[in-house]
Amino acid sequence: MVETQTKPKLKEHRINRAWCKGCGICVAFCPKQVLELDDQDKAVAARPEDCIACKLCELRCPDLAIEIITE
Amino acid sequence: MAVKDFIRERFFPHIWCPGCGHGIVLNSLLRAVESLGMSKNEIVMVSGIGCSSRISGYLDFHTLHTIHGRALAFATGVKLSRPELNLIVPMGDGDALAIGGNHFIHAARRNIDLTAIVMNNRIYGMTGGQFSPLSGCGVMATTAPFATVDAGFDVVELARAAGATFVARSTAYHVQQLTKLLRDAILHEGFSVVEVLTQCPTYFGRRNKMGGAVEMLKWFKENTTPVGSKAKAENPALIERGIFVQKEMPEYCKAYDQVIERAQKGKK
Repeated sequence: MVETQTKPKLKEHRINRAWCKGCGICVAFCPKQVLELDDQDKAVAARPEDCIACKLCELRCPDLAIEIITE
Repeated sequence: MAVKDFIRERFFPHIWCPGCGHGIVLNSLLRAVESLGMSKNEIVMVSGIGCSSRISGYLDFHTLHTIHGRALAFATGVKLSRPELNLIVPMGDGDALAIGGNHFIHAARRNIDLTAIVMNNRIYGMTGGQFSPLSGCGVMATTAPFATVDAGFDVVELARAAGATFVARSTAYHVQQLTKLLRDAILHEGFSVVEVLTQCPTYFGRRNKMGGAVEMLKWFKENTTPVGSKAKAENPALIERGIFVQKEMPEYCKAYDQVIERAQKGKK
């Protein structure tokens, strides 16, 4: 039997709005353009269905404001 | 342990400006420590003064927030008295190489087991954007309204020449590499230096018309290359990143233990 490695699947983007300063780094470097800044300049997951859970947003956030929760 | 267990949440959101590269270094450092599986009690952070040095206040290790440029001197004292602890010394470019320039080269010369992180944003951010010894030539700063004429230090070459036994460089854009380099530096026995190119959108970026945090990170992506790459041979202006020095030399605390042993011989 071939062992298949399952990719992590997104459960949710946990964004701490009190810590997010709206620098836009996560939005600019998301490889799938999942994130956007809302009218209050806070990051939101506008297209979570496109997320591949690569966690680059989480790793690059200078404010530790974003966390990718996987299943 | 989760990354959040290593921070003092009551001090968040932190003081740094939106898009500040120092936050990304904090983020990478947390992940490096997490991957090492160390307990918080095994780590001591010693920092000096400046935006970058605020990092020690946000981390829930043993932390010392000391005086400008002298973080390495304090760290040397801690390490000599408690050599079993892991010392991490985050510094800014001015803190490490202007005010603390002498401490930096002598800590490297001694090869004492400390991990020095030079968070190089090429400017004094906290005091309002004065140029630093790492700004380099042709840079606009509050104290150089018609651009600097000073050449900058090359941290890697300086650390190598002073005797550091682990020298590496990365940027705030290359977070995965940065986490790995910080991990390697902490594990290395001897004086380790990791230079991190970080963005200061507020002073360096704005004065030098480099755009905001996103544009500055793109600049790191486009103007750096892995050490020894073909791209560097074709374009010498590219900044190399990776591990430059990794060698074994006698470590200072161990050598000092031998002195104590010699001195006590025959007296017990």
